[in-house]
Amino acid sequence: MDASLGKSLPFKTPSQVTRLVVFLTLSVVLMVADHRGDHLRQIRAGLSVLVYPVQVVASWPVEISRWVVDAIQSDEALQQELDTFRKQQPFLLAKLQKYNALETENKRLRDLLNAANKLADRAMVAELLEVHPEPFTRKLVIHRGYNNDVYIGQPVIDTYGVLGQVTQVGVFTSVVTLITDPSHAVPVQINRNGLRTIALGTGAQDRLNVPFLTPSVDIQEGDLLVTSGLGGGFPPGYPVAKITDIVADPNEAFLQISAKPLAHLNHNRELLLIWPGIQKPNEEHDEINTQ
Amino acid sequence: MTKSTRSNLVITATFLGAFILTSIPAPSWAEQFRPDWVALVLIYWCLATPERVGVGLGWFAGLMLDVLYGSILGQQAMAKALMAFIVVKLHLRIRVYPRWQQALAVGVLLVINQLIVLWIKGVMGLSPETLTYWTGTIVGVIIWPWLFVILRDIRRRARISV
Repeated sequence: MDASLGKSLPFKTPSQVTRLVVFLTLSVVLMVADHRGDHLRQIRAGLSVLVYPVQVVASWPVEISRWVVDAIQSDEALQQELDTFRKQQPFLLAKLQKYNALETENKRLRDLLNAANKLADRAMVAELLEVHPEPFTRKLVIHRGYNNDVYIGQPVIDTYGVLGQVTQVGVFTSVVTLITDPSHAVPVQINRNGLRTIALGTGAQDRLNVPFLTPSVDIQEGDLLVTSGLGGGFPPGYPVAKITDIVADPNEAFLQISAKPLAHLNHNRELLLIWPGIQKPNEEHDEINTQ
Repeated sequence: MTKSTRSNLVITATFLGAFILTSIPAPSWAEQFRPDWVALVLIYWCLATPERVGVGLGWFAGLMLDVLYGSILGQQAMAKALMAFIVVKLHLRIRVYPRWQQALAVGVLLVINQLIVLWIKGVMGLSPETLTYWTGTIVGVIIWPWLFVILRDIRRRARISV
């Protein structure tokens, strides 16, 4: 390529092999520390500040295209949109009225039964900064971090259902693992009959796997899965997915059940972070860990 | 002195470009065709200036990629360090290959990189179970000749010689 090929032959000490060995060892140490003990949370949070500008710059094309679309959208289209919103508003309000009445009634009944009151969950809107580019994992980066009280394990929803949970918290950003990520599982129950099970992510974009159900259980296509609240991570009652497909293979002990997540996992810019009303599960976990 | 700072700046800038290309949002059907930009840029600089860019920088770029991906720290770092090592060892040979043959060699390097990542994911029980895991590698081989020309022009304009 260049005339001075020969110059690059002798390398300065340490030799490339030594360097390779050092860096490979360092990688293994990092991986073990990261995987086993979660010791690197601070380091990762620090390094995420370095990556932050890249993420911001990478989100510009989308920002710009949104801005352009907003700018060239005609008045007419906006007017139409406004009209639909105006039409929807009374319906939604009417529905909400009924909901309020139901909520008070529910509370009264619970009081009668002496059951624990469900507290309202606190929510905060978080903006999507980036979709994680690593192939075959389903993760998002959101524009909320330590300074917004985001904590690891925090549930994230959108207007249609459960989206996932926070798995890493940085200073300005946090990583949300979606329910479709292969490492993710949500404790759910079938809304129709209360059957408890779990929904595992598959890595595919719109499919969850519902494992370990025998052919004798009562489950049908179209059943709604809602969070069961077991495990403490997700507050109970949020919709998760709909059963789409049940395959009973006589050679297998369990049914092969697929479900489609209700949350719009890849069209949203705004998500909701939830602080469950009853307890902050993470604090409880920390207490257990320190004992 | 100033010359070497300038070349370092240029090299950093190309890596930054690669990181941005890696994290630019794409529709999900296109996601699987995204090549490993950081690996390609790393291969180029290891070929062109092996005494400036090598195992150490490869490792650091991989670490940053791990942070960007949110994957386990050290996964990409290990793969990139090993890949950089192979390129630096073989740079004299790979440099003189005809362009298409060079692209194939780059393909082999990308496969090694992917295999290490796959292996680490497998150890943790998170291995992806589809063959689309490899489409990015094929795209990488296809765009290599063009990327090579672009980066070579950048290098010549910045007068970074061996």
